Amino acid sequence: MFEATELNRKNQKTERLWRLLFLMMTVLLILPVLIILGVLIYHGGPMITIDFLFTEPTNGMTAGGILPALVGTVWLVAVALLVSVPIGIAAALYLSEYAADNWLTRSINLAIINLAGVPSIVHALFGVGAFVLFFRFGTSILAASLTLAIMTLPVVIVATRESLQAVPHAFREACWNMGASRWQTIRHVVLPNSVSGILTGVILEVSRTAGETAPIMFTGAAFFLPFLPQSVFDQTMAMSLHLFVISTQVPGVPENLPFGVALVLISMVLAMNALSIAFRMVLRGRKKW
Amino acid sequence: MASAGPARAIVTRKLNLWYGTFQALFDVDLAVRAGIITSMIGPSGCGKSTFLRSINRINERLGYVRTTGSIEVMERDVYAPEVELLQVRKLVGMVFQRPNPLPLSIRDNILFGHRLHRGSQKVTRSREDEILESALTQVLLWDTVKDHLDRPAVDLSLEEQQKLCIARLLPVKPTVLLMDEPCSALDPKGTEAVEELIWELRGDYTILIVTHNMAQARRASEECIFMLLGRVIEHTATEDMFVAPVRQETADYIEGRYG
Ligand SMILES: Nc1ncnc2c1ncn2[C@@H]1O[C@H](COP(=O)(O)OP(=O)(O)O)[C@@H](O)[C@H]1O
Ligand SMILES: [Mg+2]
Repeated sequence: MFEATELNRKNQKTERLWRLLFLMMTVLLILPVLIILGVLIYHGGPMITIDFLFTEPTNGMTAGGILPALVGTVWLVAVALLVSVPIGIAAALYLSEYAADNWLTRSINLAIINLAGVPSIVHALFGVGAFVLFFRFGTSILAASLTLAIMTLPVVIVATRESLQAVPHAFREACWNMGASRWQTIRHVVLPNSVSGILTGVILEVSRTAGETAPIMFTGAAFFLPFLPQSVFDQTMAMSLHLFVISTQVPGVPENLPFGVALVLISMVLAMNALSIAFRMVLRGRKKW
Repeated sequence: MASAGPARAIVTRKLNLWYGTFQALFDVDLAVRAGIITSMIGPSGCGKSTFLRSINRINERLGYVRTTGSIEVMERDVYAPEVELLQVRKLVGMVFQRPNPLPLSIRDNILFGHRLHRGSQKVTRSREDEILESALTQVLLWDTVKDHLDRPAVDLSLEEQQKLCIARLLPVKPTVLLMDEPCSALDPKGTEAVEELIWELRGDYTILIVTHNMAQARRASEECIFMLLGRVIEHTATEDMFVAPVRQETADYIEGRYG
């Protein structure tokens, strides 16, 4: 009485078909990533030595290492983070915890989501106009980082807001009903329970800026500058621009060099992601609901 | 406590409330006696929760809520301009349908309110322990949890969580406790235990408890309010309401004709 009927067998066949389809899509998705990584490691792997990481480029960037670009990218991302994270978190806290739920708040939220989709070249031009020229920062790390910060602000706000909204509303009500102020509620309940999500989201989003080229190209990144930056008012080389330059602008670059640079850049981003995931696991372990 | 204060803990006059354009409360005139347990019954959606949530003004967080009329708690108008909202919330504790302990230890849950309201004033650990023991003892939970006060409160059973949610209101010394169907997430045994606890708290606090459970209202309250479609239909001593309701609607509801 429990044998499969004709209908069951037909269902099973459709079932298998769909499953196969979805599996193939997944493979299709992962395959290019694996190929890229494979190629990078195959060609670029042998390039990466201590010397490569810790010396300046020489011979018109056809030889030597990448130190100024590496250090420059760390500067650019760090300063951008320092600016966009506090402002972004504060704005998200305001929007999610203080602002009344009305059409104004809703349109601001919508605007922020749309801002995240503005092409980076537009941010670049804004950065030139605002930071390089108007504020007279010149082409400098400061101008480039501020441009990156403006660019990442929307995603920081969105990532933070999502983590804040993931904290159950019942917790907030419990606090308010005991006479907690908004800030006390945020400080003692909302933030402690969303900090892991906020940090993870923010780091994931911001690590992507390490690879951005357009926003820094006109605002602070230099073509060739074999010195380490001394302050935020200096120009600097950057990994992304360096990769672009040696791939397309300089004759006589050995074939493996760009692969080496790309591999280092991608490793930097992956390392940041790994850090954020580690962060989440540590903090998640302490979460109590 | 009840003998020293006013005879009526909550008084509303012509209270109307709108969610946007939808009117949820109509001319509610109520006087809840201090120091006793009053239950509030009525079919789902008749505005019981809305009424409770306007007493401690938690409703107004929703931008589209509008109220007219007045609400007095312990003879003070809670909507008066000089009123500090946080003081109202301190005086009027609220318990929800689903237990909502904070994701903290049992100890931190109980001391949460107290810590909020004491400012920078230093309180010794032993004083905190006293507060903790007294609050948990009042809700009949002390013996169960005294050996693991640092465990997360969410690990407790639902019944224990609900008791904890009541206990954490006590250290800030509220005078009114509002309970919105506090037993509806509990099994019969848990319901009985929480009812027993509410009965224990009687006299020290003015308790207004919403319930769907007619037997509970009958067992556990001294006065009873029946609401229907945003209006108060009847408010009398509980036994009178169940034995000899004045209004036809009340009789119909009690006999189960509204489902
Ligand atoms: N936040 C809200 N927004 C809009 N309408 C609401 C809201 N809360 C409750 N209502 C409406 O108000 C009426 C009363 O609801 P409620 O007070 O929750 O009833 P009860 O607790 O008696 O079941 C219902 O018709 C409900 O749909
Ligand atoms: Mg309700």
